[in-house]
Amino acid sequence: MTPGADSGRLPAAYLVPGSSSFTEFLSAQAPTLLPSGRPLPAGAALDAPHGTTIVTLTYAGGVVMAGDRRATMGNLIANRDMEKVFATDEYSLVGIAGTAGLAIELVRLFQVELEHYEKIEGTLMSLEGKANRLAAMIRGNLAMAMQGLSVVPLFAGFDADTGVGRIFSYDVTGGCYEEHDHHSVGSGSLFARGSLKKLYRRGGTLDDAVRTAVEALYDAADDDSATGGPDVGRRIWPTVGVVDDDGTRFVPDDEIAPVVDAILASRVGNPGGAR
Amino acid sequence: MTAGMPFYVSPEQLMKDRADFARKGIARGRAIVVLAYDNGIAFIGENPSRALHKVSEIYDRIAFAAVGKYNEFENLRVAGVRYADLRGYSYDRSDVTARGLANAYAQTLGAVFTQESKPYEVEIVVAEVGATPDTDQVYRLTYDGSVADEHGFVAMGGGAEQIETGLKEQWREGLNLSEALVLAVGLLGADPAGGQARELAPSQLEVAVLDRNRPRRTFRRITGQLLERLLSTDDPTLDAPPADDGADTSVRDATTNPQTQRPAQDGRSE
Repeated sequence: MTPGADSGRLPAAYLVPGSSSFTEFLSAQAPTLLPSGRPLPAGAALDAPHGTTIVTLTYAGGVVMAGDRRATMGNLIANRDMEKVFATDEYSLVGIAGTAGLAIELVRLFQVELEHYEKIEGTLMSLEGKANRLAAMIRGNLAMAMQGLSVVPLFAGFDADTGVGRIFSYDVTGGCYEEHDHHSVGSGSLFARGSLKKLYRRGGTLDDAVRTAVEALYDAADDDSATGGPDVGRRIWPTVGVVDDDGTRFVPDDEIAPVVDAILASRVGNPGGAR
Repeated sequence: MTAGMPFYVSPEQLMKDRADFARKGIARGRAIVVLAYDNGIAFIGENPSRALHKVSEIYDRIAFAAVGKYNEFENLRVAGVRYADLRGYSYDRSDVTARGLANAYAQTLGAVFTQESKPYEVEIVVAEVGATPDTDQVYRLTYDGSVADEHGFVAMGGGAEQIETGLKEQWREGLNLSEALVLAVGLLGADPAGGQARELAPSQLEVAVLDRNRPRRTFRRITGQLLERLLSTDDPTLDAPPADDGADTSVRDATTNPQTQRPAQDGRSE
């Protein structure tokens, strides 16, 4: 962190031309700062907070990603207003499920990785390049995953070349798969995926996509105790991120509240949302 | 004494030779002007290349400008980005400062000047834009590792002395961006020998700013039509518009914790 403790001079490795990857630089210079850089004692399983459900779906001209706000630790609610959807750069979003502490550190590293590349190369990384960098980071976390500390992200971005939003999912070994139309990860994903299948309309508007995402999270929370539903009392709404031609942004709470209210109203007397 | 052994050279002479060597290399290149304006710090240089930059972003509020040998200052720039990103990642984004980076550069340039076979033929500026003009910081570093804390303006490279004289006469606090750019471009085009001034077209210029009013990443290149409008005296454009490149929709706040990426909108109610 402090360059060359003896002289204050920047260490020679800093001045070597070459890699534009911050992760590679970090693993050479300060490996203990890597999320996967800490050896774990074998065996003992750890009870750490887990983030739960993320849903994402495309619409005409972009992609929406939403996450509930709950983190659980066993049967406890560890956090009820956690953010699990993050802007990773101007044109991408990442949502995380799994061990919250590791996942957040991983997102932080991924954010720096993308910005570092952009500054050194003077250009944005391609969308597939970003997806692959994230895959490499997940793969680096495999040893932790085998001890129960897995991180499973969902990545969505705007492809400037084709003008569409694209979705990439991952498995714990770092496998990266492009998904079409919609996807969900986390403990409530089983129910969210079922909901998305029935609600998704290809080529819909942004408003439709936001409503579908929030409704899919509602359905996930209905059947999965680890997924947090809309918290009307505390006014805690899902995090909803959008990426399109204009870049990445979050839908403000005062725009989500009416969507949530409409869904709640439509479910009165029709709890399953039958159409 | 064998033929390959050098004659005795006094340390004074050695340092002077090295300094002359570095100065000559630096003076060969086109100049760069760094100057404060009301909403930030502007960097202006003559550089027809769109890809090989002399001015670059280091971190949220910090930029780097250099003259001299490209491969040498490019290495320093990359080292600066690595230094800043590593520091910001280990602590917080707000803990990365121009002063810290200028110190690291000074130590590096000083060590290279005295210890290596040839000094770096570069002169650099590390600038950090503050919340107000009083808190702006501009450090000029020369080939031997000397640091100067500059106020208002800096010129470096070929003809820098005449440009600085011009800046001393004409620069004042509170210039707007358009006035600052017109002043700098006029001085860059002036002939040091006193001949006819050259008219520099926008396409021959590299212009960037640290805009204090932008969220988080304040660095921004100014090119194309916006640059033409700013340089034109009969166009009313006086400053870079806040959001014409969409970057102001940036959601990330000046913090490294993803959990506080949008504090103004957080739905916390406890």
